[in-house]
Amino acid sequence: MIERTKRPGVTNPGTANAGMAIPEGRQMPKEQRLTPPAWEGGRAAPPNGDAFHVIGQRSRKVEGLSKVTGRAIYADDISLPRMLHAKLLRSIHAHARIVAIDASAALAMPGVHAVVTGKDLPEYYGIIPWTQDEQALCETKARYVGDAIAAVAADSELQAEEALRKIKVTYDVLPAITSIEEGLQHPEIQVNEKASEGNISKHVHLEFGPVDEQLEQSDEVVEAEYWYEGSTHGPIEPHCCIAEFDATGFLTVWSATQVAHYLHRDLAKVLGLPTQRIRVIQPVVGGAFGGKSEPFSLEFCAAKLSMVTGRPVKILYTREEVFYAHRGRHPMRLRYRTGVRRDGTLTGTDARIHIDGGAYSSFGLVTTYYSGQLLTAPYAMPAYRFDSTRVFTNKPCCGPKRGHGSVQPRFAFECQLDKLAERIGMDPIALRRKNYIGESSTTVNGMRVTSNGFLQCLDAVEKASEWRTRWRKLPYGRGLGVAGSMYISGTNYCIYPNEMPQSAVQLKLDRSGRATLFCGISDIGQGAESVLAMIVCEELGLDLRDVRVVAADTDLTPVDLGSYSSRETFMCGNAALDAARKLRDLVAETLAERWGVVKGDIVLAQGLAVATSDPERLVLDLKTAFQAAEARHGTLGSVGWYQSPKLGGDYRGGTIGASPAYSFTAHVAEVECDPETGWVSVKKIWVAHDCGRALSPVAVEGQMEGSAYMGFGEALFETHTFKASAPGHGPGIHDGPSLLDYRMPTSMDTPELESLIVESVDPEGPYGAKEAGEGPLHPSIPAIANAIHDALGIRCDRLPFSPPAVLALLEAGDAHAAWERARTQLARPANATTGIPAAASRTRAVKK
Amino acid sequence: MSSPTQICRLRVNGDERSCGVTPHTTLLEALRYELGLTGSKQGCDKGDCGACTVLVDGDAVLSCITLALACEGRDVRTIEGLADGATPHPLQDALDRTGGAQCGFCTPGILMSAAALLERDPSPSREAIALALSGNLCRCTGYTKIFEAVELAARELRERRAPPGARAGAAR
Repeated sequence: MIERTKRPGVTNPGTANAGMAIPEGRQMPKEQRLTPPAWEGGRAAPPNGDAFHVIGQRSRKVEGLSKVTGRAIYADDISLPRMLHAKLLRSIHAHARIVAIDASAALAMPGVHAVVTGKDLPEYYGIIPWTQDEQALCETKARYVGDAIAAVAADSELQAEEALRKIKVTYDVLPAITSIEEGLQHPEIQVNEKASEGNISKHVHLEFGPVDEQLEQSDEVVEAEYWYEGSTHGPIEPHCCIAEFDATGFLTVWSATQVAHYLHRDLAKVLGLPTQRIRVIQPVVGGAFGGKSEPFSLEFCAAKLSMVTGRPVKILYTREEVFYAHRGRHPMRLRYRTGVRRDGTLTGTDARIHIDGGAYSSFGLVTTYYSGQLLTAPYAMPAYRFDSTRVFTNKPCCGPKRGHGSVQPRFAFECQLDKLAERIGMDPIALRRKNYIGESSTTVNGMRVTSNGFLQCLDAVEKASEWRTRWRKLPYGRGLGVAGSMYISGTNYCIYPNEMPQSAVQLKLDRSGRATLFCGISDIGQGAESVLAMIVCEELGLDLRDVRVVAADTDLTPVDLGSYSSRETFMCGNAALDAARKLRDLVAETLAERWGVVKGDIVLAQGLAVATSDPERLVLDLKTAFQAAEARHGTLGSVGWYQSPKLGGDYRGGTIGASPAYSFTAHVAEVECDPETGWVSVKKIWVAHDCGRALSPVAVEGQMEGSAYMGFGEALFETHTFKASAPGHGPGIHDGPSLLDYRMPTSMDTPELESLIVESVDPEGPYGAKEAGEGPLHPSIPAIANAIHDALGIRCDRLPFSPPAVLALLEAGDAHAAWERARTQLARPANATTGIPAAASRTRAVKK
Repeated sequence: MSSPTQICRLRVNGDERSCGVTPHTTLLEALRYELGLTGSKQGCDKGDCGACTVLVDGDAVLSCITLALACEGRDVRTIEGLADGATPHPLQDALDRTGGAQCGFCTPGILMSAAALLERDPSPSREAIALALSGNLCRCTGYTKIFEAVELAARELRERRAPPGARAGAAR
C-alpha cells in the first residue's frame, strides 16, 4: 500500500490522504516562475554607504500618532449617509435542519428594510479553493450554535435586533457531534456534507526515512499523549464591515479584514459580481491574530443587503458573535513517540494527531499539513512520520490563530525533548544544541533552511536566565524550563494556484521631495506599513514623515495576499526594496552623470544626495536631486514585486510548510508554583528570536512580547470550550463568550517579558529580515510546562495548566520524589555544548 | 419599542455639547454616534474590555455601561481631549515612542486609565500601573511597552512640574 515517491526516503501513501475531495496535487509553479532581480551586493547590505540610516533605528510607527490621539479610523468609526444597520439571526442548535423560515413579521416591522436568508446567497465559498463548504447564511442546515441563518437590515441596530426575534425558524434538531471521538465513531451523523467520508475533514499521512528502524535503535524512547485545548484570537476590535452598492452597480466594502484580496475574490463569487466591479478597503484594523483572515458572513450579508436596499449597510459583530465566529486554535490530541541515543542524538519521531476542526474547513487542509510539516527544524530529524486527521464537529469552525497549526505539535514535541533529556541525564539546552540542524540545510521533509540563528537564541536565553546556576537548583515550587521552535516567513505559494507575484508595490516619487507607496499590505497592528516606509527611506534617504503608505485598498493598491503566515515583512518588504532601489538607482545615475563620478559614489541619506568622493562640493538636497532625476528620466515612479523561488518537497503536500526563510526562537520561562493550591505564576519569560535583521527593533520586540504573552495565556488561562448541555438546551453553547469569562490575561497576570533579538541576516530577506510575528509564540507553552516540571516534578501534558489540573497531577503520583529524582539523575555532561563552538553572538539584548 | 428622545447636555473636552438620547443610550453611544467622537472604542459593550474608558469628573469610567443621561452636566474627557491642541500629551507621546500601541484599539482606553492614574499618583510603581490598567485588555503588546510608556510619561510630567533648578539637576 505504501508507494515510494521520487524522493528517496520519503514514503507517501497515496490512498491515505482521505477527506474532502482535492484534485490530485496542486498546480506547481512553472520552471519559469518569476525571479526577483538580483541586486549588486545582494539584498542584505545597506544601499547608501556602509551603514544603515533608518533600518534598525528605534523609530515611531507611521500611523502611531493617529492611534494614540484617537484619530485612526476603524471600520465601526465609518458612517455613511442613509446607512442601515444589519444583524444576523444565529442558530440556537448545534445541529439542525432548517425546515422553514418565516420572516414576514420581521419585514412588517417599522424601520425594517430587508431580510435575506440562505436562498439569497446560495453560492458556496471557502478560503481554500478545494474545500469551499460554507454559505454566507445556512440554506438547509445549521452546523453549530451561532451559525448564521438570516440577516435583517433596519434603520437602527436596535430595530434590526428586535426584528430578528420576529423571524420564525422551524428546526428539525439533529444529534450533534461534540468531540473528535464522536465524530470518528459516528460517521453516519455527518456534520458537513462536503466531507467525502464521514466526518473526516482532512487526513494526511507522511513518512520520511525509516522511522520504526530508528526508534528500535534508540537508547531511550519516550511515548506520551498531549492535549492542546482550543483558544481564540480575541482581538479587541470586533469584526465590522460596511458595504455600499451604488447606482452604477459598483460595490465598495470596508471591512476589518487581514486579507482584502481574498475577500475581494470571494465577494465576487458569492454575489455573482465581476471582480472589477468590487472594491475592498481595509480601514485601520484593531487586532486580528489570524481571526480576520478569511471572509465571514457579515461581509456577504452587508453587501447583499446593500444590493437589495440600494443603501449602505453596516454590520458590527457583538463580542459574543466574535467568539462564535472564532476560526481560532484547533484543539488537538497528539501522541508522540520520540527516540534518542545516549549521546543526545535524536533518532526518530512518530506522531499521531487528531484535530477538532469544528463545523467547516476554513484553512483546515493547511492546518492538517502544518500539524506535521512545521516540526522538522530547528532539530535535525533522521526519520519522521506524522498521521494527522482533522474531524468535523458541531462547534464553531477552527482556523488559523497566530502560529497556525504548529503551536500544538511544538508544545508536545518540546515537552518530549525535556523528557528525553531527563532520561539520558542531559541538560535540555545541550540536547537542543546537539541536534541543531544548521544553516543552509534541508529538513527531512524537504524544506530548505537558509539563515539559522537558533544556537544564538539558545545562548541568549541560557545566559540571560542564568540557566546554568539555577536550573534544577531552585527550591521546590520554583523552576526554569526551556523550549525552541521555528516558523515560516510567509507561505511559499498563494492559496489559489497562480504564477503572479505574491506581493507588489508601486512607488511614486514627487518633485516636492515626498514619496507615496501603494501596496496591498495589511497592517493589523504589527507595524507592516511602517516597515515598508522605513525601507523606502533607507533607499531614498528620506525622513519617515515624508513617506505616505497607501495600503490594502483593492482599487488603489497592487495585490498583496494579506497578513497571514508571517509574510508581510519578508514578501512586501522585498517588493518595496525593489521598487525603491529602482528609483534610488535612477537618482544616483542622474547625479553620477551630472557630477562625473561613478554611480557607486552617490549616497542618498538624511535628506541629502552626496558624492562621497567630494561631499563638500558635490551635495544636493533630496528634493533637488529628485527634480534632476525627473528632468532626466521623466516622471518618477516604479513597481517592485516579490515572488518566492520554487521550494518544497517533491511529494503531495510538499509545498505546505515551504517558505523562503525560517525564523527561530528559544524561550526560558521561570515559574513559581504553589503546591497547596496548584497555582502557577509565571514570573518571567526570556524570549530570544532570530528575525534575520531587525528592521524595526521596536516592532520586533512588540511582536516577541505579544507572542510570548499570547502563548502564556493559552498555557495557563484560556479555553474555548462548549457546554454539553444547558437548561432546556442541547450541546454547543460556549462556556464563556465574553471578555470577562474567557480568561484573557490582564496587566496583573502578565509575566515580565524580556526580548533578546538575534539577527542572523537572511540572504533573501529584505536587508536580511525574517518574520517575528508568530514564531515567538510557540515556545511559551512548552517552556512553561517544562518549568513546572522543574518546580514541582510533574508533567503538564494537557492544557491549560490550571490550578485544578496541577493539583490533580500533584495528587496522582509522588511528585516530590520525581522532583528529587530529576535533580539527582542529572549528571551534567562535561561537554554540555557537545563540541559545537559557541556561535559568535549577534544578540542584541534589550534591557528592560 | 421606541423610547422617548431627550436632550442630554454634556461638557466634553471643555466644550458644552448636547445631543438627543434615549434613557438607555450609553455615554459611549452618545460620544461615538451622536457627537462624532469616535476615538473611544467599543470592544465588548458590557464593561469587560476597557476600550471605552473615558474620564468623568476625573475618574476613569467605562462609558459603554454608563448611561449618557447619568453624565448630564458633568465633565467628560475623551481621548480627543487628552492632547494640548496639536501637541500630544506626554502619555500619548510616550506610548508612541515605546511602541505601546500596536493595533491601537485598546489604546484610547489605556491612555485614559493611565491619565487618571497619573493625576492621583505622579510616581506610580509598576504594580500600581498594572493595577490601574487591569480593566483595560490589550491583546497585542503583552503590556510590557505600555508599562514602560506610563513610566516614561510619569517621569516627563514630574520633570515638567519640578521647579526649573531641580529640573536642570535632574537632566544631568
